[in-house]
Amino acid sequence: MTTNLAGVDANAADPAPAGPTRTSRGSGRPALRPRRRPHTPLNPRPSIPLTLVTGLVLLYTLLPLAWLVINSTKDQKGLLGSSGLWFGEDFNLWDNISRTLAYDDGVFVRWLLNTLMYVAAGAGGATILAVLGGYALAKYQFPGRRAVFAVVIGAVAVPGTALAVPTFLMFSSMGLTNTPWAVIIPSLISPFGLYLMWVFAAEAVPAELLEAARVDGSGELRTFFRIALPLLMPGTVTVLLFSMVATWNNYFLPLIMIKDPDWYPLTLGLSAWNAQAQTAGGEAVFDLIITGSLLTIVPIVVIFLLLQRYWQSGLAAGSVKE
Amino acid sequence: MRTLSTRRLLAAVAAVCAITLAATACGSSDPAEDGGGAKDVESALAKGGKITVWAWEPTLKKVVADFEKKYPKVDVELVNAGTGDKQYTALQNAIAAGSGAPDVAQVEYYALGQFAIGKSVEDLAGYGAAGHDKKFTTGPWNAVKYDKAVYALPMDSGPMALFYNKKVFDKHHIEVPTTWDEYVEAARTLHKADPKTFITNDTGDAGATTSLIWQAGGRPYKAEGTDVTVDFEDAGTKAYTSTWQKLLDEDLVAPISSWSDEWYKGLADGSIATLSIGAWMPANFTSGVASASGDWRVAPLPQWTKGRTDSAENGGSSLAVPKAAKNKELAYAFAEYATTGAGATARVSEGAFPATRADLESKTFLETAFPYFGGQQANKVFADSARNVGSDWSYLPYQVYANSVFNDTVGKSYVSSTPLSQGLEAWERSSIKYGTDQGFNVNK
Repeated sequence: MTTNLAGVDANAADPAPAGPTRTSRGSGRPALRPRRRPHTPLNPRPSIPLTLVTGLVLLYTLLPLAWLVINSTKDQKGLLGSSGLWFGEDFNLWDNISRTLAYDDGVFVRWLLNTLMYVAAGAGGATILAVLGGYALAKYQFPGRRAVFAVVIGAVAVPGTALAVPTFLMFSSMGLTNTPWAVIIPSLISPFGLYLMWVFAAEAVPAELLEAARVDGSGELRTFFRIALPLLMPGTVTVLLFSMVATWNNYFLPLIMIKDPDWYPLTLGLSAWNAQAQTAGGEAVFDLIITGSLLTIVPIVVIFLLLQRYWQSGLAAGSVKE
Repeated sequence: MRTLSTRRLLAAVAAVCAITLAATACGSSDPAEDGGGAKDVESALAKGGKITVWAWEPTLKKVVADFEKKYPKVDVELVNAGTGDKQYTALQNAIAAGSGAPDVAQVEYYALGQFAIGKSVEDLAGYGAAGHDKKFTTGPWNAVKYDKAVYALPMDSGPMALFYNKKVFDKHHIEVPTTWDEYVEAARTLHKADPKTFITNDTGDAGATTSLIWQAGGRPYKAEGTDVTVDFEDAGTKAYTSTWQKLLDEDLVAPISSWSDEWYKGLADGSIATLSIGAWMPANFTSGVASASGDWRVAPLPQWTKGRTDSAENGGSSLAVPKAAKNKELAYAFAEYATTGAGATARVSEGAFPATRADLESKTFLETAFPYFGGQQANKVFADSARNVGSDWSYLPYQVYANSVFNDTVGKSYVSSTPLSQGLEAWERSSIKYGTDQGFNVNK
């Protein structure tokens, strides 16, 4: 269930990295432009096969989401007894939500707060580090810069899952497993975010502007906060969105780090509820799991809708600046 | 929050240490068999404190509420630290790490041996558990008792019965099978009449297989201390394999794993027509398969020899007190409350299946009508089954491991043409190898 949702989120997130980097470089613009204008000699009318393929992809993307919304209106009985793609006899959404929030002494709320904390500390921290690091690497000359570049590019290629077990052993010897730190600290490292900010800062902050600021007597910190940071906003929001989605959906790291249900994020909590159905005497709560999954994706959808205009305006700004 | 509760816990432990000079709980020294004692439990209850309970069993919520009401000074934190294997792994890790272990843990009978032999659970005999021997039914009591030690208190039991979908049986005019031969015949009729319907599901389930071997009179495991015997060639095991092989060869069992979403769906829509499973199943039916309410009924397990009434246990769990527990007296008091007397009765009324004789024989229990089973007094079937459970069964002291490799060995018989008997041989070999590697003296 959660993997499907993660898939949807990842799809939705995909255009983001391509956006600021590519358009700011100016490539791909000619290809994009005419498509927006229908019925020009270059593109006379929409292609039916392409529309069909696009439609299929859209259906494929939205179907799990529609399934989730529809089935969160059913109780356990309706879930197993009615067709998955249409509503059952009763409409139980509100009842399901209140039961999900109340089940097991309201542990879902605790997991939600945990997840928010992991996202705020982990993704927020990762973004700050990426912005600071990316800016410094793009705008300052210092020995070892090429080595840092090699390390960062190398780190992008290493999947987080491969590092999970070594990280566990390291944290275990430091006595940090089973504490929120074990999830927050590894989340702070985002090589991809750093690389993105680096590339973005190189393009978005003109060296001349920094020169002018220095000539006018602005210190480095002030230059960064007053001049560079506003220019870096679109990239920052993109990195923030990425790290938020990654932290929100993170499953494997908390799975091996956290054994105390009090510190579970939502992903682990929902999986624990699911596991309950798998034993004698355990309670099968599929209705609550489905409603819980819906509640789990709502905040991330809201964040996307709220933040999208920042990186969209960023795209537009990039395209007219050059 | 964390530090506060730890501090309170430490304070409570210190207080208990101060008043229980018998030094059972406080020292790391091995508590002797005479340690603890009912008196210390009483004073621990009077003094109060905080204990953590790791359990997934849903009726314990009510027990915790009742217990805290009865003993207002005691604070019980009920934590669902995972189900089955996941919880054992967490428990094993916490014990190995030396911190974070609960005061009480739910442990299924098949897994208890592992914790008992590893000396990671407390012998509760000295706390008063030894005096409860007459209160529990034979199967569960034998499962928690090793010589004079009592490593846990039985919480529930799982005498087996045949759950069948009456609607499906009626539709195809099939009689409820009383022997396993009739069962195979019913499977054929059913699958022929409706190819989407199967008599049952099976993709290889260690618990189900060992339970049916148990019912057939097979005793593949023997464990005396560190001397262990594994033998899947006795007559009982052969009776099981020859019958089950027919079902597999003719594709009469649905290739659906138990406890999966698909399984719940199959139970709901009638494509899985029977289950031979423990008496705790009604609770899972009512919460997990609500839409099939009224379709299902309960019958005695089919027999291997016509006219007999043999039965076996399937599943069931106990409450154990880890050696690493901080407040053992209080932990024992809670386990005792939850498994005997008022606690047990409350759990039965919430849908749990008892391991206590008093509850099992009570009129209200026996005459409870199950609306889910069309008003049937199903407990009568279960109680008969509990009385007829074959004796002398034992699990391996490392059954959790053995069950974890079941699908690598016996599982092959379900996906290829490997005969079931060969699959069991492979399971036997890997069980023997693991046991030997772990330092057990394993015979074949």
